Amino acid sequence: MLRGLEFDIAHLFSSSVLILSFGLLYQRRLFGVLQIYALQALAVACAAAWQAYAQAYPQLYVTAAIALVFKAIVIPVAFHHIVLRLHIHREIETVVGVNMTLLFGVALVALSILLVLPMTTTSGNLTRENLALALSVLLLGLLMMISRRNAVSQVIGFLSLENGLILAAIGVKGMPFVVEMSVAFSVLVAFIVFGMFFFRIRERFDTLDVHYLEAFRGERH
Amino acid sequence: MLSFLLQLVQLLLVLLLAPLLTGFVRTLKARLVGRRGPSPAQPYRDLWRLLRKEAVVAENASWVFRSAPSLVFALSWLAAALVPTFALDLPLLRAADLIALVAILGSARFLQALAGMDVGTSFGGIGSSREMMIASLAEPAILLVIFTISLFIHSTMLPHIAGFVLAGEVGIRVSLGLALIALIMVAIAETGRIPVDNPATHLELTMVHEAMVLEYSGRHLALIEAGQMVRLLFFVSLIAAIFAPWGIAEASTAEGVGLVGIGLALYLGKVFAGGLLLALFETGIAKMRVFRVSEFLAGALLLSLLATIFLYVSQSL
Repeated sequence: MLRGLEFDIAHLFSSSVLILSFGLLYQRRLFGVLQIYALQALAVACAAAWQAYAQAYPQLYVTAAIALVFKAIVIPVAFHHIVLRLHIHREIETVVGVNMTLLFGVALVALSILLVLPMTTTSGNLTRENLALALSVLLLGLLMMISRRNAVSQVIGFLSLENGLILAAIGVKGMPFVVEMSVAFSVLVAFIVFGMFFFRIRERFDTLDVHYLEAFRGERH
Repeated sequence: MLSFLLQLVQLLLVLLLAPLLTGFVRTLKARLVGRRGPSPAQPYRDLWRLLRKEAVVAENASWVFRSAPSLVFALSWLAAALVPTFALDLPLLRAADLIALVAILGSARFLQALAGMDVGTSFGGIGSSREMMIASLAEPAILLVIFTISLFIHSTMLPHIAGFVLAGEVGIRVSLGLALIALIMVAIAETGRIPVDNPATHLELTMVHEAMVLEYSGRHLALIEAGQMVRLLFFVSLIAAIFAPWGIAEASTAEGVGLVGIGLALYLGKVFAGGLLLALFETGIAKMRVFRVSEFLAGALLLSLLATIFLYVSQSL
């Protein structure tokens, strides 16, 4: 019975990460995107803490704490400040419509399930399902990056992709802790670099719509 | 014999409870925004007043226009009577198939849209076309929810579904949670509540249901309003019967009358809890543009599709 309940709760957390990915694709307003991203990081933290308890693997508690502090609190709050300072809290336009994006998203989820489940027949149930969901979150993050024009939401897509990586890492038994630490810190570094780029792009083009970057050929005329 | 009696009780119960639920939601919404609001019994008075008034019918209205209110009301009432509310072994419940219920509601909607176009005014036409747009998006979503539930429980019969959930073999199921959210979104669209349609407005640019029934008056309007109230109660009872059937009496024998009483009390509790949640939700959210409704319902469709996928995954492991 406990085995079943453990599985169900892990299933609940990792699927809520996936559903929040769909929420990111659906949401158009920038603050809404940030809030959903914070919720997703919170769900990843819960999933990590639950896996730490279920696998009796205390290092995962540190992963959960990192996800909670940095990704659910620090990064969303910092982005909030950036968005306020750049005065870009208006609607996001998407390249293809929301409905089409959501349909693509469902197709990607089906693809990753069909891909992962036959490949991992030797692993445990929890690992297999976690891997399938993590791959879907990763692909949805990529989809978010290509379907948005605003640089901030593209970066949120990148960060939710990284949430998928963490989700994959916590499902695997005996993942070295160094790997997770380095992923977490590289995300922080990436965040700082992105933040600087926002201000640079904004200074140069007066907008964060990366569409304008395509025609730009440097300083030469 | 007793079960026939209880079926009769349920038939009357849904009819009498529906205006009270609507009035309760209205009063609660008024209180939540700081107004006093009418008493919860106001819909009864409105219906009574409308029933005594003369029905004014346009000159070029055909029999479709005149017969639609009674048919729509009868179909909605039938649908609400088919949902298990406080007892499971009522005679009509043998027909309580989810797909049949969707078909009944679909026919009611079809008749209503036909009647909206019958007189030929532009408002009726616009209301009907919008209603059909919402229906064409809501019906795939509700069917997919039904498929998810029936894949899991292996039945589309409501009494079986309620019995299965009552037996307690379900546990925490993500796919059922998703199906619940999708069903709530569809129910909001089907009953014309706030993010999709505003039941309290006659603003010409946004109204859907109100535009369709603009030509009606007197007893016709009373029947249509009552049908709409019964439809709201139907969706609340449906969600309660599938996802929270606890307290429903499984057998209505003579010695089980106490259980039936408990079921009745709990059913009333569930209905008013549903009304409370609806009022809170409607107060906290703004109505969306008509053309964003397709995104809202595509979200419901997507959630039910995800529910099916999750179910497939956890069963194929």
